[in-house]
Amino acid sequence: MSVRHALLALLSEGPKYGLQLREEFEARTGEVWPLNVGQVYTTLQRLERDGLVESDGDGEDGSQNGPQKGFRITAAGAEELAGWLRTPPDMTSPPRDELVMTVLVALRVPGTNVQDVIQVHRRYLVELMQQWTRIKENEAEDDMSLALVVDAELFRLDSVIRWLDAADGRIKRAAADPPEMTTGKHSAANALPGVRRRVGVRK
Amino acid sequence: MSVLEMRRVSRAYGQGAAEVHALQEVSLKVDAGSMVAVMGPSGSGKSTLLTIAGSLEEASSGEVLVCGEELSKLSRNARARLRRRSIGYVFQDFNLLPGLTAAENVALPLELDGLPARKARKAATRSLDELGLGDRAEHFPDQLSGGERQRVSIARAVVGEHQLLLADEPSGALDSVNGEAVMRLIHAACKRGLAAVVVTHDAQLASWADRVVFLRDGRVTDQTAPPAGPESLLARGPSR
Repeated sequence: MSVRHALLALLSEGPKYGLQLREEFEARTGEVWPLNVGQVYTTLQRLERDGLVESDGDGEDGSQNGPQKGFRITAAGAEELAGWLRTPPDMTSPPRDELVMTVLVALRVPGTNVQDVIQVHRRYLVELMQQWTRIKENEAEDDMSLALVVDAELFRLDSVIRWLDAADGRIKRAAADPPEMTTGKHSAANALPGVRRRVGVRK
Repeated sequence: MSVLEMRRVSRAYGQGAAEVHALQEVSLKVDAGSMVAVMGPSGSGKSTLLTIAGSLEEASSGEVLVCGEELSKLSRNARARLRRRSIGYVFQDFNLLPGLTAAENVALPLELDGLPARKARKAATRSLDELGLGDRAEHFPDQLSGGERQRVSIARAVVGEHQLLLADEPSGALDSVNGEAVMRLIHAACKRGLAAVVVTHDAQLASWADRVVFLRDGRVTDQTAPPAGPESLLARGPSR
């Protein structure tokens, strides 16, 4: 989540005060990502240092970061924002996903029923999705920002469950046909170092 | 009150070495006003569970009660009557009769049950209105979009005095917006007192249910706890 660019986006609508920026940030993200005031002012200071926003100078009360200190976006800030909106985030290498690691490790722990392990995680994820779906049903109908955030979370959790389902099926097939999976360099026992070798896992 | 209760229900096909156990000792209770999703991979027994719950197929052993009536103790005719009066079905491919309008499709189960055509028609129109399809009542299925067709089949499933809705991948053929609309309608029908069982492999559909039951190799292996309130997710801050 780029707080820096979210603040630039809010300032692209017109000059605003720090506190106002915080309130609007939370409202526009469906209040799912709270933001503390300190984070807002630190980010604004950096944006000002980089020439992307300008301030009125000192606030009315004379302090550097007073609540009445106004900020506005500069031409360089608008350019930075437009560039960021069209720059895809880096997704070239897989993130270090704890659940993927859990399943890979479970395969190597003697006496572990991997399918039971998978089911524990599947159930937890479905329960989380039920909670998000209730929010969508009850609270997100008139709140576009919240609905978008909830959809994103539902699709993300859904994709993890799909991966668990695929892993479950793959492990079941491998159990029915052991020679293919348990010998050679692609064996389950070697999966961890194998994965590390083949792809550059993001830290 | 339980609208559907399955007690240690098993279903086997074939005999001897070729015997396949599609369901094994499955127990499930679904109360009025609640929606249960049954999740599981292909071949886990989801559809068999649904056809047995809907009295479209008989269990090899165990008991199935719909609206308090044990299916195996009913005559063929009484079972057919229970199906018509109390159970609505929603299928992935809608199962609407192409030669009938939306209203006629919805009215059909009521007319088959002996309700006079005019009354059946009135109930059908009301059901279509509730699902936002009042202006589509006279359209034929091929004049409707996929989402509208599925809404018509939901109208048919909840019309009259139906108490149990059984759905097999009800939004499988729809895009996510229409799929969500379908689940929203089924859940709303449950809030009005219907009991529903939705079988699906799709977690997004299942997450509309009050309870999710997991089926594997014909057995119930797990189920979700009652969902926590939204306060545990909202304004909690990023977890990552």
